[in-house]
Amino acid sequence: MNFLPVLLWTDLLIWLLVLLLVVAAIAARRNEPLRRGWAHVGRNRGGMAAATVLAVFFVVGLSDSVHFRSRIDGANGANGAMPANYAVEVRSLLDLSLGHLRNRPEKSYSEPLALRLYNKDLVQLPDGRQTRDYPRLRYGGSHLDEQGTERGADVAATLARALAAALLVWSACAALLTLGLSRRQGERLAASWRRIWGWECAAGESGESNFAWSAVLAALGGVLLVAAILIALSANYHAFGTDKVGQDVLYLALKSVRTALIIGLLTTLVLLPLAVTLGIMAGYFRSWVDDLVQYLYTTISSIPGVLLIAAAVLMMQVVIDSHPQWFATSAERADVRLLSLCLILGMTSWTSLCRLLRGETLKLSQLEFILAAHAFGLSHRRIIVRHILPNLMHIVLISLVMDFSQLVLAEAVLSYVGIGVDPSTISFGTMINSARMELAREPMVWWSLAAAFSFMFALVLSANLLADAVRDAFDPQIAGSS
Amino acid sequence: MLAYLIRRLAYAIPILIGVNLLTFALFFVVNTPDDMARMQLGIKRVTPEAIAHWKAERGYDKPLFWNAAAEGGKRLSETIFFAKSVRMFVFDFGRAEDGRDIAEEIKSRMGPSLAIAAPVFLLELAVTISFALLLVLFRATRLDFWGVVLCVALMSISGMFYIIGGQFLISKIWRLVPISGYQEGVDALRFLVLPVFIGVIAGIGTNTRWYRTIFIEEGGRDYVRTARAKGLSEAAVLFVHVLRNAMIPILTGVVVVIPMLFMGSLLTESFFGIPGLGSYTIEAISAQDFSVVRVMVFIGSLLYIAGLMLTDISYVLVDPRIRLD
Repeated sequence: MNFLPVLLWTDLLIWLLVLLLVVAAIAARRNEPLRRGWAHVGRNRGGMAAATVLAVFFVVGLSDSVHFRSRIDGANGANGAMPANYAVEVRSLLDLSLGHLRNRPEKSYSEPLALRLYNKDLVQLPDGRQTRDYPRLRYGGSHLDEQGTERGADVAATLARALAAALLVWSACAALLTLGLSRRQGERLAASWRRIWGWECAAGESGESNFAWSAVLAALGGVLLVAAILIALSANYHAFGTDKVGQDVLYLALKSVRTALIIGLLTTLVLLPLAVTLGIMAGYFRSWVDDLVQYLYTTISSIPGVLLIAAAVLMMQVVIDSHPQWFATSAERADVRLLSLCLILGMTSWTSLCRLLRGETLKLSQLEFILAAHAFGLSHRRIIVRHILPNLMHIVLISLVMDFSQLVLAEAVLSYVGIGVDPSTISFGTMINSARMELAREPMVWWSLAAAFSFMFALVLSANLLADAVRDAFDPQIAGSS
Repeated sequence: MLAYLIRRLAYAIPILIGVNLLTFALFFVVNTPDDMARMQLGIKRVTPEAIAHWKAERGYDKPLFWNAAAEGGKRLSETIFFAKSVRMFVFDFGRAEDGRDIAEEIKSRMGPSLAIAAPVFLLELAVTISFALLLVLFRATRLDFWGVVLCVALMSISGMFYIIGGQFLISKIWRLVPISGYQEGVDALRFLVLPVFIGVIAGIGTNTRWYRTIFIEEGGRDYVRTARAKGLSEAAVLFVHVLRNAMIPILTGVVVVIPMLFMGSLLTESFFGIPGLGSYTIEAISAQDFSVVRVMVFIGSLLYIAGLMLTDISYVLVDPRIRLD
């Protein structure tokens, strides 16, 4: 084998979560209220556009969650004479596909699309003398001549090519979609096309008929355009510039997506079982169980969040630092730190959902159908699983989608405070943190910050829009009033 | 009401004990004082004598809960738990890593924290409630739609972006106020304008949306329909009826944070170099000064509980139907 698969803990859990989501989706198809709710989400244009953008982030993040160590002693050593040697560095599928970004380090800062470094350095002149000047970049714009006069024209041509490519791919997607829809509904192509854009409503009342395909296509168009431009530009330039040690900022921003997703998703994996079990138990059994659970969540929520997280993270750091023998590679250590951050975030943030669920369970268990279930002699477990839990799903769903964006934003703040991810983990927080040091510079180094903030904004905005769509569809109070 | 408050105070004690036990477990049971000493002194090349000295200097050289070597009541009091946790209840906080008295430090840093947090809190309340009322007044129009879009966009922006962007635009480009720093007295105003302004802007998105939801929910009730039916103008309905009845959900969210204003804001204070409790906390975290972090946790939970009690009292003030007894 030319590579050794590495299964990091977070990889395992994130794929487990994907599997869970798929299972939940299949289960939801059979559940009528849930299916109706999701169909409602599907008709929401903003929500579906946001979902499309989120899906792209997920593809990036998930492809960054397949890790391996590549072999370094060449393929001919594979006939078994020697034990294979594998690189210490753990890479992912994303690294593989972004190889050209990762393997072109410059010396230090350079502006987006720059040809020269941002700082003066010693430069060897052709006649052997040395002078202090802005040296040319090793890779950025290296196909241009020494003066770089035709950079403007080159960038413009690259942009035009990217635009054409994006248009081509987008048309292909739109055509495929039209074809697929017309096959499925058994109607003419033109009719499907008009229906996608909402010019014509379908006769049937099936859920898909009003699906906001136009929003999906529009968002897809935007994403394709941005992606095509970045791909085309980063072939010969550093599209977002380079950071202090010369790493491509675009690469860093893409790698940060995984960290953000892990924090946003795995934390909910921790918080959900805690909040649901304790909340339902408190509301259903009442008496001393209720007292205990209430005491637990009041105590935990009375400690200011950041401080509790700080205390827990500081302690975890001591544990990790005093047991270096647990980790084979530095990637594994960073990964355990990321995982325990999720764990800590989950342990500190389950209280609000738990409180909501307790209140709702209290209300539900007074209703006639629960009393009837008791009268029929159903066991507590059966009543909880069959009758109470399904009626709480909307609260769980809404708060999960809303928490995601909060967690992504929190990661950046925590990393800034120094209680976030491992400094070697690439994340929006670490990007902002290292760029912050350079703010006092004149002129200032703005591009790392701009890249981190705009990626984070796109991710959080689409999560917020999707959360709104989900809330509109599932919250009975809102659904009732509109 | 007095009896109620005394009962509430009695309830607060087990919670504070819980907080104390939790932090004690985090700091001393998960790790031994030896681990902490090694962390502070550097993992490598540290002699056992240095560790023992470090522990003795800070009073960590005692058993955790039970000192069998001591006599009488000292078996309980000559322990880490008693010295570090129980004494907090009488506000004996001990010293920080740099040898300064933590209680003194907290007293002197409360002022600057409050000087930022209180104006932010009041302005924020005024701005977001008015904005939310405006959106509700023009409900289901274009103004409402784009207002909500603006709120969602504003709340999707990282809080750090507001600070960095504000510092860059207002202090660096326009040179209106200093980028960071702090001075006592009237001069402080110069340094406070920008952080307060940014603090208000950063909270607009989330809070406006929250108030808008409250007002809309309240606006769907029967008494509102009655008020409209008797011919009141939309503005009168909103300001006289809806706003007053929405006070309860608003107070629930708002009053609880009032005591917490003393704690200051971590991000704002550290970016603007304001010597308040927020930056104190951040410094303690990055210097891994466990005793300061522990004290801040204790004070934070104390203030939170005070906020809960204030909330209950405020209900009585705005809603004659509620009596505390």
